[in-house]
Amino acid sequence: MKYFKLTFTLVLSAAVFYVLNTKLGSIPPLGKFLAPNQGFWQNDFTESGNRSDLELAGLNKAVSVRYDEQLIPHVFAQNNTDLYRAQGYITAQHRLWQMEFQTMAAAGRLSSFIGPGALNYDREQRRKGMIYGAEQALKTMKEDSETYAYIQAYRDGVNSYLAQLKPNQYPVEYKLLDYAPEPWTEEKTALLLMYMTDMLAGGDDDLPYTLLLQKIGRERFDFLFPDFYEVNDPIIPADRDWNDWQVAIPEKPEDYEPLNFDVDPMTPPHPDNGSNNWAVSPEKSASGNAMLANDPHLGLNLPSIWYVMQLATPEQNTMGATLPGALGIVIGFNNHISWGVTNATRDVKDWYKIIFQDDTRSAYRYEGEWRKTEKRLERIEIRGQEPFIDTVIYTHHGPVSYDSNFKGNGGRKEGYAMKWTGHLGGNNQRTLIELNAAQNYDEYKKALVHFAAPAQNFAFSSVTGDIAIWIQGDLPNKWKEQGKFLLDGSKASHDWQGFIPQEHNAHVKNPARGFISSANQHPVDPSYPYYVFNDGYETYRNRVINDFFRSKEKVSLQDFKDLHNNNYNLKAAELIPSMLAALDSMPLNSKEKAFMEELRAWDFNNDIDKVGPTYWEEIWDELRMMVWDEMRNDSLPLPYPYQYQTINLLKNHPNDDFMDIEETPEKETATDLFLQSLRKAVAKINMLKADGKPLDWGNYKGTYAGHLLQALPAFSRFDIPIGGNSSIVNATSKTHGPSWRMIVEMSNPPKALGIYPGGQSGNPGSRYYDNMIDTWAAGEYHSLAFMQENKADQTTIFSHTLTPRK
Amino acid sequence: MIKITQNFLLTLALAMVFSLFLPWWAVMVSGFLAAAIVRLQNVAAFFVPFLAILIFWVAYGWLLAKPNDFVLSEKIAVLLPLNGNVFLLLLVTGIVGGLAAGIAALFGNQLRYVLSTKNNG
Repeated sequence: MKYFKLTFTLVLSAAVFYVLNTKLGSIPPLGKFLAPNQGFWQNDFTESGNRSDLELAGLNKAVSVRYDEQLIPHVFAQNNTDLYRAQGYITAQHRLWQMEFQTMAAAGRLSSFIGPGALNYDREQRRKGMIYGAEQALKTMKEDSETYAYIQAYRDGVNSYLAQLKPNQYPVEYKLLDYAPEPWTEEKTALLLMYMTDMLAGGDDDLPYTLLLQKIGRERFDFLFPDFYEVNDPIIPADRDWNDWQVAIPEKPEDYEPLNFDVDPMTPPHPDNGSNNWAVSPEKSASGNAMLANDPHLGLNLPSIWYVMQLATPEQNTMGATLPGALGIVIGFNNHISWGVTNATRDVKDWYKIIFQDDTRSAYRYEGEWRKTEKRLERIEIRGQEPFIDTVIYTHHGPVSYDSNFKGNGGRKEGYAMKWTGHLGGNNQRTLIELNAAQNYDEYKKALVHFAAPAQNFAFSSVTGDIAIWIQGDLPNKWKEQGKFLLDGSKASHDWQGFIPQEHNAHVKNPARGFISSANQHPVDPSYPYYVFNDGYETYRNRVINDFFRSKEKVSLQDFKDLHNNNYNLKAAELIPSMLAALDSMPLNSKEKAFMEELRAWDFNNDIDKVGPTYWEEIWDELRMMVWDEMRNDSLPLPYPYQYQTINLLKNHPNDDFMDIEETPEKETATDLFLQSLRKAVAKINMLKADGKPLDWGNYKGTYAGHLLQALPAFSRFDIPIGGNSSIVNATSKTHGPSWRMIVEMSNPPKALGIYPGGQSGNPGSRYYDNMIDTWAAGEYHSLAFMQENKADQTTIFSHTLTPRK
Repeated sequence: MIKITQNFLLTLALAMVFSLFLPWWAVMVSGFLAAAIVRLQNVAAFFVPFLAILIFWVAYGWLLAKPNDFVLSEKIAVLLPLNGNVFLLLLVTGIVGGLAAGIAALFGNQLRYVLSTKNNG
């Protein structure tokens, strides 16, 4: 009996140990997780100056870190190597989990700690060649010994922090998911840059365009998707003359014919990724100093994508937003210049149809011969399972993303290869490092040269009064229509023939109008000699911004703030009057009339307390889906024409065949669609009312900042009261928006404002995790304490000294 | 009653020391050792170490999170899900720790018994 009891209690103890020490499904290992000496209780703290002296191996000289009231570190080092080592160390202190998670997401390694649920995502990342692209970038960066040494210093800084970190101090997400941080590597910095490249330049519509072209023919396709719109207000002012350039455009092959796709498409990047930037010259500035503003619109995530720092050495002093994992300031200013970026949205990803010789897929047809493929084994570790090995074939174009093993339906001998500037191996890190130190236009221009992808519109202003904008990236010099549709991977004439020469990347310096701006719109007017077509350029924000500046003689700092927070819905303003006019002649019931009165009373501003925007969204959703029932009802993933063109059709081609609803025997016109969408929208609004749902725009939209782990509710912030929407200058939709708002006046020294929807700490337990959200939502800013000397001042709340390890 | 007090204090003292350098299962080791050193009878063999560790973990968690106004604890109490109730979360924490220690104590208790009867017999 006693031995039975002994065995029983032993087994019971072992079972309790196992259950409390093991992650079961989505439940964290409860013993580990709840134990105050090891679990989450250890993370319930806010950063403070308790420890003022920290040792950092490898430093040459001591580094001072002064934290201000927003927990922004102001870092003073004696040389660049120490500076970037300290940047790695400090960033890891505050954002370790996020910086690793994002690189794991880029590399397609989420399954290793999440489990099989992430396998499809990971495979997509591998098949997009994300690791391959990072390897190419790393190769280029290695050839640049100075940059590479800084990347290594950053790596060592992160790893010094990791070496001091005990498991009970791991960020809470590690405890929740029960895994541990890895050492940082140079490749992870390259992967972080790939993460951004994929987010901003990972999209293309070759597949849906091709499908639609096959379905409706050339003439109708061009009608729906013109290369330029008439209302184009491009980044480079239309009066820019390009005639002095010697330009060589490759010849369009005579036998060119778009081929057919047969795949299930991968997940595209979110369409609300975008940005605004602008700058005014001293002549147009009320203070007489050039001014610059930027607000990149990205996913509103927690921890925030940006981490603000001041990075100073005796030679340079720079402040602004950093990306955890990358070196230097990405968007910011120093005592001489300021710069900001928006996405250039150019088509830099093309697809080639590949025909393999046989089932072994070791060769593919190219110029009448069989060219060898390379096979890359992508090993995907999966938590709790055997690893998954995916063989990805590489051609000279790039990875064969789609084939019979992945989303390809065309059989064993067919595949689709991706050609992407993300695989070219640019040295973006060098651009950032040089921009941080740049003192004038020429140095800014020189710094940009290394930046390959994602192509960005780099706005610039300087203390000497220059303003400029360059559309920078490696941009393929294409023959007309090259890469708009599926290309033939067996023909050399379909290959990219080269790149637009650096000097011919569209740019403008000190334009006569006294301001520069960009908002993801068309970069140029049709006179630009290289081939550019409308591949999803934004058509509203740019016009509101440019009209704002044109309407004003002089512009003040307050004007910049007002413009960031401008909620004018130009899209709605361009359709609603026509819609109301058409509906006025129709027989309407009282509810329909009441709905129309709400729209008529609205001033087209998407402010939080208004109901007009809600009514507009409801009717516009219905209307768009009715116009494009041809796309919606098709089994193929056809593209929906852009909203600008949809409204253009409704207003100017009301009897076009596309207005017809295919299911009905009648032939509908735009007016019929207005009426039908009105009826549906009235029904939806009544349903919302009946359910007691709020109709004011702020609550209806329900903007939220979701934690990076699929918006885990406990670590996210919901119902943030902020207006705007996509296509509005204040581009805050439900999940995306101005992820960093910065305004810099180039006085001496510069004065700057900044805010972002989050906080400096990545720890959900910290008061600095989301402390800036409410200020951001209210349209307010914090003034950035740009310290001119390494001395604690009234903005400093505590300081650290990083000392070389003895 | 003396033994109960002895076991209680020993469990608590060992847990406090072991928790400095062992992971969460420090409380299992403490329960096990204390029970082997000071044997208790019947339900007390489980409930005394259970209570000692429950109190230890509740107090320890409270002391860690109180200075920060339970910012993270409240979020974890949403996540687990305990309705955002931190007191419930503290209680759950204490029960989990106490359970682990109590079960380990039963084993320690029994092992001591087996070893002592073997030596005597």
